[in-house]
Amino acid sequence: MVVFDKPKSLTDAELHYCPGCTHGIIHRLVAEAIDALGIEGKAIGVAPVGCAVMAYNYFACDMVEAAHGRAPAVATGIKRSLPDNIVFTYQGDGDLASIGMAETVHAATRNENITVIFVNNAIYGMTGGQMAPTSLPGQVTQTSPYGRDVKTAGYPVKIAELLSALDGPEFIARVAVNNVKNVRNAKKVIQKAFENQIAGKGFSLVEVISSCPTNWGMTPQNALNWVEEKMIPYYPLGIYKDKSAEKEGEAK
Amino acid sequence: MANKVLMKGNEAIAEAAIRVGCRHYFGYPITPQTELAAYMAKRMPKIGGTFLQAESEIAAINMVYGVAGTGRRVMTSSSSPGVSLKQEGISYIAGSDLPCLIVNVQRGGPGLGGIQPSQSDYFQATKGGGHGDYHLIVLAPSSVQEMADMTSLAFDLADKYLMPAMLLADGTVGQMMEPVVLPEERPVEFTEKEWAVTGTKTARPHHIVNSLYLVPEELEKKNFARYERYAEVEKNEVRYESFMMEDAEYCVVAFGIAARVSKNAVAAARAEGVKVGLIRPITLWPFPKKALAEAADKVKGFLSVELSMGQMIEDVKLAIECRRPVELCRRAGGMIPSPDEVLEGIKKLQGGRA
Amino acid sequence: MTTQILIAGFGGQGILFAGKFLANKGLLEGRQLSWLPSYGPEMRGGTANCSVVLSDQPIGSPIVTKPDVLIAMNLPSLDKYESAVVPGGVIFVDSALIERKVRRNDVKAYYIPATKLAQQNGIPTLANMIMLGKVMRECDFVSYEGIEDAVRTVVSAKHADLFDVNLRAINIGREIE
Repeated sequence: MVVFDKPKSLTDAELHYCPGCTHGIIHRLVAEAIDALGIEGKAIGVAPVGCAVMAYNYFACDMVEAAHGRAPAVATGIKRSLPDNIVFTYQGDGDLASIGMAETVHAATRNENITVIFVNNAIYGMTGGQMAPTSLPGQVTQTSPYGRDVKTAGYPVKIAELLSALDGPEFIARVAVNNVKNVRNAKKVIQKAFENQIAGKGFSLVEVISSCPTNWGMTPQNALNWVEEKMIPYYPLGIYKDKSAEKEGEAK
Repeated sequence: MANKVLMKGNEAIAEAAIRVGCRHYFGYPITPQTELAAYMAKRMPKIGGTFLQAESEIAAINMVYGVAGTGRRVMTSSSSPGVSLKQEGISYIAGSDLPCLIVNVQRGGPGLGGIQPSQSDYFQATKGGGHGDYHLIVLAPSSVQEMADMTSLAFDLADKYLMPAMLLADGTVGQMMEPVVLPEERPVEFTEKEWAVTGTKTARPHHIVNSLYLVPEELEKKNFARYERYAEVEKNEVRYESFMMEDAEYCVVAFGIAARVSKNAVAAARAEGVKVGLIRPITLWPFPKKALAEAADKVKGFLSVELSMGQMIEDVKLAIECRRPVELCRRAGGMIPSPDEVLEGIKKLQGGRA
Repeated sequence: MTTQILIAGFGGQGILFAGKFLANKGLLEGRQLSWLPSYGPEMRGGTANCSVVLSDQPIGSPIVTKPDVLIAMNLPSLDKYESAVVPGGVIFVDSALIERKVRRNDVKAYYIPATKLAQQNGIPTLANMIMLGKVMRECDFVSYEGIEDAVRTVVSAKHADLFDVNLRAINIGREIE
């Protein structure tokens, strides 16, 4: 008999996410990685402002709620104070790629030994569907009612590409959770991002392409299809930077 | 006798902080507090501490928030424009009931203002600064010795009452050198706080450091509980210096460098036979309301001396419930009143309403 | 007794250092003291000044607005601060750089060609200490006794090689009649 258990690193609190939202999957993947590595007792998570604002109720490890965009700075403080603990942030696109861009870039360039889970669903969910820094060109949102016009609103920010241009960070990857295959791969990559921290390698960020049926105005299935058809072509999946692997490659 | 060393005020804060167990400093360059960061940059790496030049004041205060959540002593320092940027984080730290030390070596404002000494962040420091209902413990050093002593005191009070403390200094006290006896070296404290995030070791329920309460009843309850603590602070921690007040007919009220200048003026006035004294608030919050109210029973008038357009004067008037005239002697924008200007203010007060 | 000293000149003339020397000397003598620099975007060639207060009582304001002693190392400083000196005060003028005389009759003035003497003695950066040597000859707010200790304190361990030249500069100033 196969029992579908909840990871130990998630609490019993009921998630508040909308039906069809993929935050639940991503929470689970993070918790599974923590369980698999046996680090729940050492883990300290930093929650963002955004849909995942109450992530501190869901992860069973110690948690800190940060101001909007500041999670990497807060995590820096925690990690500097407790270098033997495992510190991660869980942030959305408005939080990480807009208001918190400076904190993101500088934590990355310092190669701060933390793990960053970046959930990109191309919209501000919590406030009701405004244009995000990662909203696609032409995407209709509450604050881009005629579609994102790149002439006035600029282009989406490609975080994985942008950060991988820095010398600092250890590991930058982009994954998706729109189908089983991608979920399995995402799990592997997220776990790697934690393993890097345990090994003291430094800043590891996983961008997870996520969906928002509610604010995209789609059924959950259509939202997953939209991820496949629109999001992933604009935000290609893959490992963008892996300094250790590069070094091994050079050695060979 | 303890060893006296000659130090700048900014450096005395840094050395005192280290001696009382602070091992984490986060900052961003700004005049006139630079020596503090430079001192930390030199010392922290040698004693296993953290010095980090953050990408912004906003990042720095949020790093402070992170360390504070782990229950370790932590501080940041800046000057006025930088402290404005920190207000977001300060509100979160206050809202999460965490201790930390913030140093503001004030300069003239508003805006980019100037770099010369000022006290025009009085409102910001004592009335909140950031959003929401909260207070900081605000200490106003007026000498290099007090820069050291109040650093130690600020950490202790912040820890005791679980709230951020601020040293509200100014460019003069930061830049000047005076002989100082530094606090005794204390062992770095690593006792686990019952609220800190240090990892559950899967042996206890998880701790959450947080200021978000979406249920208004809960948030109100939190605020009431916090203000009960504030009431304790107001009861126990008021500090001020009373100078020549025994027979005073007039009372000068001034803090920090303004109080130093005012002492010269008080001495000069006394030499001319004017019975004047000085009350120097050492804690700006909690404000020495009772001392001023009692002075109002005896004196004919007050003179608030400030390096601002007049901010503390409002608290003086409130403290004495406007029972006596309160006049203002002010310079702003980085200017400092001279003893003569203060003396003139005292004489005006003596001559009735100016 | 309280002595208020103002040292003023160009940045790079060792104005703050001269003040630090007096402060350290005061500390070694167990006096109360304060040292306050002008600060800001000042650099070599800009203006610099330094307030030093020495006293037997706790010091009120560290800002010297009415100096008992003014050490003027350039003309703008003499122009700016001459009138501020208390009646009966003393003004020391680096006459190598300031051509004019002190205009007031109620103060005592000494003219020392310190910058020229410094150059002649191969210590071009130490006009400030030559001035102090003269100050110590004419005033008694700090004592000459224990001068070595004060120089040693103010010349940091890193620059211990500068001990001798600083001491020499002070003595050059002190010997000026």
